[in-house]
Amino acid sequence: MRRSILAAIPVLGLAVMIQTSIIGRINLLNGTADLVLLTLVGWSLQERVRGAWIWGVAAGLLVGAISGVPWYVYLVSYLAVIGMARLLAHRVWQAPLLAMFTVTLIGTLVLLMLTFLERTLLEVPLAFNLSFLQIILPSILLNLLLAIPMHSLMRDLANRLYPAEVIP
Amino acid sequence: MKTNFPRSLQTVIIALIAFGLVALALGGYFNPVTSWFTRLTVDAQTWVSTRYLALADFLTVPRDVASLRQRNTELEAEVAQLQTQVIDLQQKVTETNILSALVDFARANPIYSYKAAAVIGRDPSPFLRYVIINIGTNQGVLPGMPVVTDKGLVGRVDAVISEAARVQLITDSASAINVRLQSSSTEAMLVGSVTGDVSLDMIAQDAAVTIGDVVLTSGLGGSFPPNLLVGQVISVRKLDYELFQTASIQPSVDFNQLGFVLVITTFAPVDITPLVATPGP
Repeated sequence: MRRSILAAIPVLGLAVMIQTSIIGRINLLNGTADLVLLTLVGWSLQERVRGAWIWGVAAGLLVGAISGVPWYVYLVSYLAVIGMARLLAHRVWQAPLLAMFTVTLIGTLVLLMLTFLERTLLEVPLAFNLSFLQIILPSILLNLLLAIPMHSLMRDLANRLYPAEVIP
Repeated sequence: MKTNFPRSLQTVIIALIAFGLVALALGGYFNPVTSWFTRLTVDAQTWVSTRYLALADFLTVPRDVASLRQRNTELEAEVAQLQTQVIDLQQKVTETNILSALVDFARANPIYSYKAAAVIGRDPSPFLRYVIINIGTNQGVLPGMPVVTDKGLVGRVDAVISEAARVQLITDSASAINVRLQSSSTEAMLVGSVTGDVSLDMIAQDAAVTIGDVVLTSGLGGSFPPNLLVGQVISVRKLDYELFQTASIQPSVDFNQLGFVLVITTFAPVDITPLVATPGP
């Protein structure tokens, strides 16, 4: 657990830094990938990982502090993503990539729909069709493209932090 | 047979012969002989020298290859270092040009004080068009301060911490700015959109709006100083059954290439919220 918490600070810090400085500038239509969400999904899907919920809380607060979107939107979305990933990690563990794609797809949709809802409640004029076609769909596609490399990275990190026990 | 010439006579004869030879040489009578001899000597010298150099090359080639390889490696390293320096200097030239343009803008508009800042990031959410800049309250930046470049209006400071600030761009869908057309002084409202396009709304139906009109901030509402360049009208939409005209705007600032900005630190936005009428019970 302590290793997981200690790893969360540099990994999530790096992910947020790359997200705001690089990934945020790479657009498909008006959508962007969410590296933090992919990091959380990839990490939570690893079997031996402990403390994934703490990663979710830390990421939600960190991104919420930087973004103009309220922190609770990110917190709720990221925790929902982690819950879904932990659930799938135990049920479809034979197909980790399928689980990664599923959680990425649903998680991105949840995060962006919650953001859309929050903006709409603030009376920001947003057309749903335009938002869906210009932001939500492209963002999902970008996240799915990055899902496999992020899953590999997180698997390597988890294997380093939680090496498999060797049975003599 | 023994010669009986006295020694002095021998000396005189030898001297005369020598003098004669010198005189003939000076007179040019020996030229064919000397040139033949010179050519022969030079040819022999050339042959010896060429053979020597060939032999020396043969004996020293391996050492030269090694030293050449070493020298080549050194030069390649030097070239790589110089290329890095060139890229670094090109980057600095670009930054200097941008900053120079910002300084020119500040000099041309001396009524305000400015703080230059670099754009270091963008908002993680694709729904929001905010950028993060590298100056904050420690440099005198406060929420609501306008942000510009030499090209025109960028947005306003939305949130600040000690060493950074978040700026809401005019292209953000929640942005609404009071503007006017320079040619006709027609008032309008500049609004952003989810796609990053900006447009004019609330233009009176009888107002004359033409393509190419320059859009400036009006200063109404107290959020922005007046007369900051925003962009140009690129199309107008006027329908008889609508209350207002609308127009698409080409912003003067390229928001995809935003590297450095100026924060107007001496402009205090006015909060008119208490003056806004609320519906009675």
